[in-house]
Parts: sequence; structure tokens; C-alpha cells
Amino acid sequence: MEAIMALVVGALFGASVYMMLRRSIVKLVIGLILLSNAANLLIFTVSGLTRGAPPLIPEGMQMPDGAWADPLPQALILTAIVIGFGVLAFAVVLIHRAYEVVGEDDLDQMRSTDT
Amino acid sequence: MLIAVLSGFILAAFAPWLTRAFGDKAGWLLAILPASLFVYFASFIPAVSEQGAVVLEYSWIPGLDISLNMLVDGLSLLFALLISGIGTFIITYAGGYLRGHEYLPRFYGIMFSFMAAMLGLVLSNNLITLFVFWELTSITSFLLIGFNHEDKQARWCALQGLLVTVAGGLALLAGLVMIGITAGSFELSEVLAGGDVLRDNPLYTAIVLLVLAGCFTKSAQVPFHFWLPNAMAAPTPVSAFLHSATMVKAGVYLMARLNPGLGGTDLWLYLLGIVGALTMFTGSFMALRSTGIKAILAYTTIMALGTLTMLIGIGTEAAIIAAMTFLLAHALYKAALFMLAGAVDHETGTKNILKLGGLRGLMPITFLAACVAALSLAGLPPLFGFIAKELMFEATIGAPGIAFFVSLLALASAMMIAAMAAVFAIRPFTGELKETPKTPHEAPPSMLAGPVVLASLSLIFGLLGFIPAGAVVGSAVQAVYGSPLEVELYLWHGFNLPLLLSVLAIVGGVVLFLRWEQVLDTFSRMTFIDRFGPERGYEKSMDGLTWLAAWQTRTLQNGYLRTYLSVTVLTTVVLTLWAYFVRAGAPVHIGDLDFTFYELAVAGLVVVGAIVASVTSSRLGAVATLGMVGFGVALIYVLFSAPDLGITQIMVETLTVILLVLVLYRLPGFLKLSSPAARVRDAAIAGSLGVTMTLLILAVNGVTVVEPISDQLTAWSYPEAHGRNIVNVILVDFRALDTLGELFVVGLAGIGVYAMIRLRAEDKGQ
Amino acid sequence: MTSMGSLILRTTARFLLPLLLLFSVFILLRGHDEPGGGFIAGLIVSTAFALYLFAFDVARTRELMGADPRFLLGLGLLIATLSGIPPIFFGEPFFTGLWWPIDVPGFGEVKLSTPLIFDIGVYLVVFGAVMTIVLALAEAEE
Repeated sequence: MEAIMALVVGALFGASVYMMLRRSIVKLVIGLILLSNAANLLIFTVSGLTRGAPPLIPEGMQMPDGAWADPLPQALILTAIVIGFGVLAFAVVLIHRAYEVVGEDDLDQMRSTDT
Repeated sequence: MLIAVLSGFILAAFAPWLTRAFGDKAGWLLAILPASLFVYFASFIPAVSEQGAVVLEYSWIPGLDISLNMLVDGLSLLFALLISGIGTFIITYAGGYLRGHEYLPRFYGIMFSFMAAMLGLVLSNNLITLFVFWELTSITSFLLIGFNHEDKQARWCALQGLLVTVAGGLALLAGLVMIGITAGSFELSEVLAGGDVLRDNPLYTAIVLLVLAGCFTKSAQVPFHFWLPNAMAAPTPVSAFLHSATMVKAGVYLMARLNPGLGGTDLWLYLLGIVGALTMFTGSFMALRSTGIKAILAYTTIMALGTLTMLIGIGTEAAIIAAMTFLLAHALYKAALFMLAGAVDHETGTKNILKLGGLRGLMPITFLAACVAALSLAGLPPLFGFIAKELMFEATIGAPGIAFFVSLLALASAMMIAAMAAVFAIRPFTGELKETPKTPHEAPPSMLAGPVVLASLSLIFGLLGFIPAGAVVGSAVQAVYGSPLEVELYLWHGFNLPLLLSVLAIVGGVVLFLRWEQVLDTFSRMTFIDRFGPERGYEKSMDGLTWLAAWQTRTLQNGYLRTYLSVTVLTTVVLTLWAYFVRAGAPVHIGDLDFTFYELAVAGLVVVGAIVASVTSSRLGAVATLGMVGFGVALIYVLFSAPDLGITQIMVETLTVILLVLVLYRLPGFLKLSSPAARVRDAAIAGSLGVTMTLLILAVNGVTVVEPISDQLTAWSYPEAHGRNIVNVILVDFRALDTLGELFVVGLAGIGVYAMIRLRAEDKGQ
Repeated sequence: MTSMGSLILRTTARFLLPLLLLFSVFILLRGHDEPGGGFIAGLIVSTAFALYLFAFDVARTRELMGADPRFLLGLGLLIATLSGIPPIFFGEPFFTGLWWPIDVPGFGEVKLSTPLIFDIGVYLVVFGAVMTIVLALAEAEE
């Protein structure tokens, strides 16, 4: 299954960068969202995929039984998802503000005003 | 000992406050510290004479083999005594020279920092610690040269000094690290005791070149000498202390210090011998062309630094004895001369020697001290400078291989220096009294104490050579030479070749002095020296650097987001693929290809969603497909044993939709801005990243390089942290500090959004 | 939010809000043993209030929250940071977990601990930050 997920992650990265290379600022936002998903899935996939064995310790045990999914990448991704949302909100508002100030949503036109 | 070294830094913190509290008396008060340090260091003399070296240990970063160990042997003691001794006079002198100056408190602060750094440099027994102090002296020197920071010229000179010495410092660091690795220790005492380990290593040449790059820039050797005369933009006490007696000798110190470990080879001999001799000659020649009293002294300092380098390079018994004697002699007379030059400048208002004259009657003590110090500079008996010069000639005559070359340059330099010593001591004080910007009168006692004491020492040491020989010069020679030597210093060496050369030098000097104005006239017309000197090289390279920076800013940071992104993406792709194909041999681990229908369906959903989102021309379509991607990813988390991630992703996805609804619809619709060609190009860049990432995952799939720490975390989770949800335990217990940092990021994002929106509201309000 | 949501939305929001609020606290407290925790609970309560915001308006939402979300954000950061300090008094490093199990009759053992306090801080920060963003945007809209 990891091989299939590798293709999914590749597609997400490709789509996100393609969107971020567009000149329309709205597409930049969409690219950011895709990028965040792509990065999280990348970490998730390379740490190995396990079916039906969440990193939870059953009642009355000291350790999970049998195989279990690696908890550490999950912890990292969990915060990454939340931070990703915070950063996305910040970026969206920043872009919106830039649009208001410059009155232009073509990124190529924005460069002349940043001095 | 540690307190003694670092006391300068401590006092530096309080010096500004003390200066304000005590006003004009502060100079005398603050001088108590260097004076007591001098006494403290002097108390080491008996121990060092007997044992050769004392090592005092203080650990700092033991994990990296970095310590604050102090090595007190003859060499470091000689330097420590010079720094604290001359420092005492400089501090009192500065009180008079900069009396009432607006920035005097700041001056004392930097000056004490410098002194502490310099002491740390010469006393450190650890290569890394030594380097840290080395750089601290460069930085404090920068601040002191640029002390008159409102003067553009001063700032320029300060920057030049900093760039030259710090560039060398970088090379030095590389050299020191290589020494540490080669010798297996960063402790100087162990490195130097290692014998031929360094000399026999294949890295030896690289080490020598790198270390010398640091030493030559710091000690103003040709062709890096140009920064030193410019450093005279500093107030005179600084010039006297840093740029003649102490800091510029740091390079000399390091060469002398490493001589037992690195010296004794042909490379060392020729490099140091020839560069040193050329520096000596250049310094003397440029001194002859100069008319500013500080410039003359700056160039004679270059001469002295060249002489020391040359002597260390020659490395014979006679040369090392000469080097240490010359070092002491030079420090004594040059500090005195600088302080006297400052006094003349301070009282008359001009530095131009051609505009000075007849000051003898008005400044008798200055005149007398100048005569004594200048005689030592010129190398006349019975001054200490004479002994040093005799020893120098003896060493150059005995130099292996390059004796004729260095002796000739030494003789020529000695003539020119003798002439300039005479110019300095005689011209401003004799003849008619000339009109000067200020009405001259004798300098205050605070400014005369130093020169008088130091000049007297030049005389006393000359007459009674056994005092310096027995106290420190002897043990310093032992430290540099590597084994004990008998050192006796006396004036009369008998009729021999060195004496003949001395006489020749004096005669030549007198001739040059008498015809100085003609000489000056001839030389000052040789403007090509200024046009083609190494300083032009410095300026050209600085211009080149500015041009390069401008060019790369224009090219890389041109304001197009797409350029930044393309460069970043392509760099990542090229480096990763290079490593993947060339270094790793293109591994592909497909692993188990088992999947269920619904897993494949979810994966397909995400891919289709991503592709549709990037080609659709409707915003609503894009947001909807984005939601599809997001929930698809959440499903993947749930399917593969990450329930926490699944829930989080679903919640965030919901909030993202709310966010997009609130903001995105106030932005304009999609525009078709790019040409088809641009789209193909961007698709290629984006595609290359996608392929790279896929290959990356396939390369590492199932590969375990080191045992994951999560096994340990899992084992601890319930017994230690009382939690069954290991993910949560990691977040709030094992990695709580990390999570705290992330909370601050989330908080900042929230506050940032709030601020941006509020800012706009206020703009509108106005 | 110039116009208020439909009657169905308003009724649903009014009905769901207390339930989601309770649910988020449940998720927060059980997070140490079952899926959940401060991050998830914070997101749930934020979503609940966002729903309420869509159904009603900013003023009502603020009134219902009782405190400014920025205050909650700061409070959360403060609580999270302070939860690391107690172990210092016991000679342990910053952020070492401390546990005070209390036996509540009829309920079982309640594990009061510094990680739990930290998780409450997480909950408040996420809640405060998200609501700061959402309310600020909604206000700008009005």
C-alpha cells in the first residue's frame, strides 16, 4: 500500500506546486492547502502504514498487543495539522490584505509595489 | 585566574557608570584594575621560571573538548604583562586625552572588553577558546577604530580592518580545527607536546597556510598590511594599545605559540622569513614617505611586525631570542611614542609633521621622553632597542638559506627607521615655533606618566639586560623554541658583523634624515604606489562583492513568487535526485502491494480531487474538491490506525471551509493569466517535484536505519506517564516543551490575523 | 454575516452548541487514554461556536462565549507554561509529569496531573486562536 500512497503524495506535491506557480493569488491559497496535506501524508507514509492497530494501550495492559502504528509521527502530524490551519489563516488574511492595498490579484503586478 | 582574565569584561559593564560617577578622575581609578592584574601576573614569574609552564583548568563545554584552561608559560606571561602593564598607562592616558569626551564612558567599556579578550587570547590553552577571544579582539578593535562613528572615513576604516582580520579569522578557524583533529586534542599544551605529529601529516601544508592567513591578516603582513595605517582613525590611546602594542601582535603571538608544533620546516622558514622581511621593508619604506606623526608610527609598527614574523620563521636559537627581545623592546618604545604623538596632536591640533616645530621649550618632558623612545626605535646604545637590533642582525646573518636576502632588507629597513626616528624626535621640537591650530603647552600628567615610565624602562632594560632576560624573556624564548635556552642580554657584543651592520644602519639613517625633505619630495611623486597597492585590490574585491550581491538579488530575488518557488523546488529536486541516483544507487522498495478496494477508492479520490482542484476554473469547484482531498486524507488516517489524526483532520477541514467562505469569496475569481507555454513549464517543474517525492518514499519504504525511539516511548507510556493514548502522551508529556512551542505558533497566527484585520479597520477609521 | 441563518440552522445551532461543548470537554478529559485530547477538543468547541456564528451573529457569539477569545488564548498559553513549573520544586526538570491520583467514591480513580493541566492549556489556546481568527474575519465582513 505504501507504493500506492507514494503516488498519491507525489500527485499532491505536484498539484500544490503547480497551483503556487500560478499568478492568481486565490490559486496560491489552494496550493498552500494542498501542500500542507502533501507534507503530512509524506511523513505518515514513510513511517509505515499499519491497518487496524492504533497506538492505544488496551485496558489492563502495559503495552499494546502485537503490532501497532508508530505513535511519534502521528503526534508530529497532529500538531502540524493544527499549525497548518493557523498558518493558512494567516496567509489567507495576508493575501486578502495585499489584494486590498494593491488592488491587484495578479502576483506579477504585485512585485512593483513592494519597495 | 579565570576571574583575572574575565575581570575586564565585568569591569567593562560597570565602566560607563563609574566614568559618569567619577568624571575626570575615572581614568586613574579604572587603571587600578590593569595595574593589579599586572602585579598578579608578575607573581607567576618565579613559578614559570622554574616549571616552564603552569596549566590552570576550568571546564566549559566538555562534550566538545572546549575548555577555559589557561596556559601560563613564558610567552603568555610576557604578553599578559605587556597587556596589563601598558594597559594601565593607556587607561590613565585616555582619561586625559579624551577628557570630557561625550563617549568616554563607552570608550572605557570597549577598552576593558578588548583587554579581557586579549588576555584570554594569550592565556588560553584551548584552540577553540583562543579563537573565540581572537574574534572578540577583532570586534572590539572594529568598535574602537570606528569610535568617532559620525565620521564616515572612520567607519570605512573600521569596516576595512574588521573585514580583513575576520576574513583571516575564518581561515584560522579552519586551520585550528584541522590542528585539533590531526593532533587529537584541542588543548595547546597537548598539541605542542605532540612533536612531529603535525609536521608529518599530509594536512600540514593546508594547516600552515590557513593558520598563517589568520596571523598575517591580524598582524598586518604584506599584502594585508594596508588596514593598519587606516586603523589610525581610532583615538590615539587605541592606536597605542591595540594597533601597536597588543592586538596586532596576536598574529605574532600565535605564530610564536605554534612554532614548536608547526615550525622547523622549509615551508615555515621561507613563508615567514620572506613575507616577514618584505613586510619589514615595506613598512620602513612607507614610513619614510609619510608626514603624519601617527602614520609614521603605524608604518614602523608594520616594520616591527614584519621583523617578528621573519625572526620566528628563521627559527634558530638566535632568531627566537631576538624575536622575544624585539617584541618587548618594541612594545615599550612604540607605546611611548604613540602616546607622545597623541600628546603633540592633542596640544597642537595637527598631526602633520611638516607643520610642527620648536615645541621643545613648550613641551620639555614630551621632548625628552620622545628622544629616549626614538633612540630605542632607531636602535642606538644604550637603549634596549639597540640590544634587540643587534640580536636581529645576528639572527638574519645566521638564517639558513635566505641569510643574504633578509640581512639586506633588514639593513635597508634599519636605515630608514633610524631616519624616521630622528624625524619624529627632532623635527616637531626644534627649529622655529610654527603656527598651529591650538596654542601648545605641556600635556597633563595623566598623559605623560605612561611615556615617561615606558621610555625609562627602555633605558633601564638596555643598561641592565639581565632584568628582562631573567624575568620573562628567558622563559618566553623557552616556550617558543620548545626547549630551554641560555638567554643573556647585554649591550656590548664585541666587534663583529652585527655591530658593523648597526653602524652602517645609523650612518645611512643620519644621511637619510638630513636629506629627508628631498627624499620625501621624490617619493611622494611616486603615486603609482597608491594606485596599485594591495589596498586597491581590497577596494576592487569589495566593489565586486557589492556587484555580485546586487546581481544575485536582481536575479534571484526579483519579486516574482514563481522565481523563488522554482529555484527552491528545482534545487530540492536536483539535489535529491542526484543523491538518489548517484549516491544511493536508485533503490526502489515496492513492499507489499496488498490493498482493499475502499483503500484504493480513497487514494483515487484524493488524487482526482487534487488534479481537479488545480485545473478547474471555478472557485466553488476548487473549494469543493479541496474538501474532497481533505476528507480523503482524513479517511486515510483513520484506515491506517491514526484515529486522532482522522478526527483532527476532519475538524480542521471544516474550519478551513469556514475560513475560505469568509475570505475567499471576497477575493476576485480565477483569472487565466498565464500563457500555455508558461503552464507547460510550471507543470514540468511541479511534476518533477511530484516524481521526486514518489521516488523518495519508494527509496525509504520499509528501510529502518536506526531503531525508532517510539518503541521506547510506547514502553514508557503507561508505566511512566499513566496514559493509554500514546499519541496524546507524547504530545502533553514526553514532548510537552515542543508542543508548548507549537502552541505559541498557533497563538501568534491568531494574533497576527487579528492585528492585520484591526490595522485595516484603523486605516479606514482615519 | 449580514443576514442571519435560516430557522433550521438557528435551531440546530442552539441545540448542538451545549452538546458539542460537553462533548469537547469529554474528549479533552479522556484524551490521555482514548483518542482525543486538547487539540481535538479545542477544534471541536471552535467548530461549535463557528456554527453558532453562522446561525446568528458576531455580537451574540461573543456574548455567549463570555470572554474575549484573545483572553482565552493568552490564558491557555499561561496555563500550559505554568504546568511545566511545579516539578522544579520537586527537584525534577521542567515539564516532568507529576501525578496526584484521587479516588472519587462511586466514580473511580481520577488522575489529576500536570500533563492534564497542560492539555487544558492546549485546549484553550486552540479554541482562543481559532475563534480570534474566525471572529475577526466575521467582524470584518460585517
